[in-house]
Amino acid sequence: MIAPEEFIVIIPAYNEEPRVGQTVAAVKAACRGEVVVVDDGSGDRTFEMARAASATVLRLPFNLGYGAALQTGFRYALRRGFRYAVHMDADGQHDPTYIGTLLDALDVHGVDVAIGSRFVERSGYRMPWTRRLGRLLFAMLTSLLTGKRVTDPTSGFQAFSMRALQLYASNVYPADFPDADVLIMLHRSGLSFVEVPVVMQPNPKDFSMHSGMTSIYYVFKMLLSILVTLMRRDPKKDSNRGGLRS
Amino acid sequence: MTTQLQILVTTASLVLLTMIVELVRRRKLREEYSWLWLLAGVVVLIVSLSYDTVRFFGDVLGGILPSAILFLFCNLFIILISLHYSVKLSKLTGHVKDLAQEIAILRAESRSEPSVSDLAVVRDDRSKRS
Repeated sequence: MIAPEEFIVIIPAYNEEPRVGQTVAAVKAACRGEVVVVDDGSGDRTFEMARAASATVLRLPFNLGYGAALQTGFRYALRRGFRYAVHMDADGQHDPTYIGTLLDALDVHGVDVAIGSRFVERSGYRMPWTRRLGRLLFAMLTSLLTGKRVTDPTSGFQAFSMRALQLYASNVYPADFPDADVLIMLHRSGLSFVEVPVVMQPNPKDFSMHSGMTSIYYVFKMLLSILVTLMRRDPKKDSNRGGLRS
Repeated sequence: MTTQLQILVTTASLVLLTMIVELVRRRKLREEYSWLWLLAGVVVLIVSLSYDTVRFFGDVLGGILPSAILFLFCNLFIILISLHYSVKLSKLTGHVKDLAQEIAILRAESRSEPSVSDLAVVRDDRSKRS
């Protein structure tokens, strides 16, 4: 059983002024871990709303992208001495009552990452079908390469052990959008993951945080990233600690 | 285009492509900066392997030598890549300025508040005791 002071909930947010307050309140009602919102250079009042809900807020001076915002949370978690972290989206589609489930899965399955995978299809999900197909193909490729069942590699609802946090806090982690290539890298580093079914709310808003790239660039980037990940012998060796020397 | 030139250019583009992938593998080059180089390498490779393509462009442009066409393509790509970098650099310059300003402000603010790392020390003590 993981104690409340051992884990932190990381919520990356970009222009989520109407929703972030509610989300933070729901998380605080569901568990007693610290809640940190990473404001990824929002143009609206995301920062103020998150602060009003009593979350710790890391306010990035400009937009860095989902992966870099998440990584800011990881680095903060390690700096503050946390041994576990859970990340979830700011828009309220992730049910905070599953935080405990994901954390328990780390112990129960003896893994470093527990991925909350949806089984409720999102309605009004405005990702182009080409990109959705690409994501599906890469998920299947990842299943093949890791020998584990992967259906939702980009799930924004995941729990991490300290080993996973240390790997992801280093410069091997992608700044734009962590995807199937991150799971392959995790696997090649000798760490493990498991998918845990969770129920998610259908989200009528469009997934603006994750759909910045065109489909062509996405496929190119994923193919190249997976190729070089497979070419690297041990991802941990190539990375230096990353971040500024404090 | 002579066979020697063809061999040279084909080899050069293959070497370039290998170098780029290796640089990305070693994390010295980010994927987002590699795509234009890879595209350039692939186009030059295709063009050098297909003499007809080169000759076609040469005729279309008024009977220019195929070898000159090859150099034209390479130069066009270099110009494009430089422009790409200039755009990225401009954005980064803006970011660096913002960061420097933020640090200056934070330094001033932190002189009047307790530091975050004090809390981390408290947490370590607590976990060592239990």
